Amino acid sequence: MDSLIDVVLFAFLIVVALAVARGRDLFAGAMLFGMFSLLSAGLFLIMDAADVAFTEAAVGAGVSTVLLVAALSLIGTEERARRRSNFLPLAIVVVTGASLIWGTFDLPPFGDPANPPNHHVVPRYLEKSGEEIGIPNVVASVLASYRGFDTFGEVVVIFAAGVGVMLLLGGRKRHRQRKERGL
Amino acid sequence: MNLLGHYNYIVVVVLMMLGFYTVIARDNLVKKLIGLGIFQVSVFMLYISIGYVSGGSVPILTEGVTLYSNPLPHVLILTAIVVGVATLALGLALVVRIREAFGTVEEDEIRLKEDAEG
Repeated sequence: MDSLIDVVLFAFLIVVALAVARGRDLFAGAMLFGMFSLLSAGLFLIMDAADVAFTEAAVGAGVSTVLLVAALSLIGTEERARRRSNFLPLAIVVVTGASLIWGTFDLPPFGDPANPPNHHVVPRYLEKSGEEIGIPNVVASVLASYRGFDTFGEVVVIFAAGVGVMLLLGGRKRHRQRKERGL
Repeated sequence: MNLLGHYNYIVVVVLMMLGFYTVIARDNLVKKLIGLGIFQVSVFMLYISIGYVSGGSVPILTEGVTLYSNPLPHVLILTAIVVGVATLALGLALVVRIREAFGTVEEDEIRLKEDAEG
């Protein structure tokens, strides 16, 4: 049953991604991107990644769409038709995709507990985090404690992005007022 | 190799390439950012697929459950999702400024205007 949902969700995702690649309306593109995020959140839930699923649904489908729509209100939603030919990008994409698919043949089979990524440090997290950190959610334990520095780095990145956005957009109003006063 | 066992990986690559195509084939900068977002979410799916254990359960410790999915990719992707939104916000802010400076968000028109200005 899970694999059926998996197949269907992936089919939907391909349809949405195709619609984004072909469509001309940016507002529709923003909405389709929200749909893409929400469908992928469903997929994450099927693959037992509950924390990732609700973060993707809230942040990916929610915040990203709001940001896109807000930006489109300043930019406008029409996209001009392309004048150059699509042949070169298509060729690049096909060659890259084919080599990547060739690369996936060496990946371990989907869902096998004996896969290499499931060994090394992961069993220790699963066995010890309950007593060491004291909360049942292993993802939260790893995120906030074992790999706390990663999360700190993430916060620094968000801070830097926030400062960047404020510097890029914050000065606009003052600039415009100065222009109106003829300075 | 068996095809069904690699279904997820192959579809992820297809989605990734659709995002990549949107980035390189479209001139509109907002569309490029959306394509980049699709590429990014496909990478997330690849990671989560690798961490999936069939028959396993969500990595929240429960009495009587012994097999869990791999929590480590989940942690990495949680970080990546939030960073992805930060980069999207910064990219959109840049596009808004470009629109103010050039009056357009189409890459080739921007290039023409830059050339005209010398």
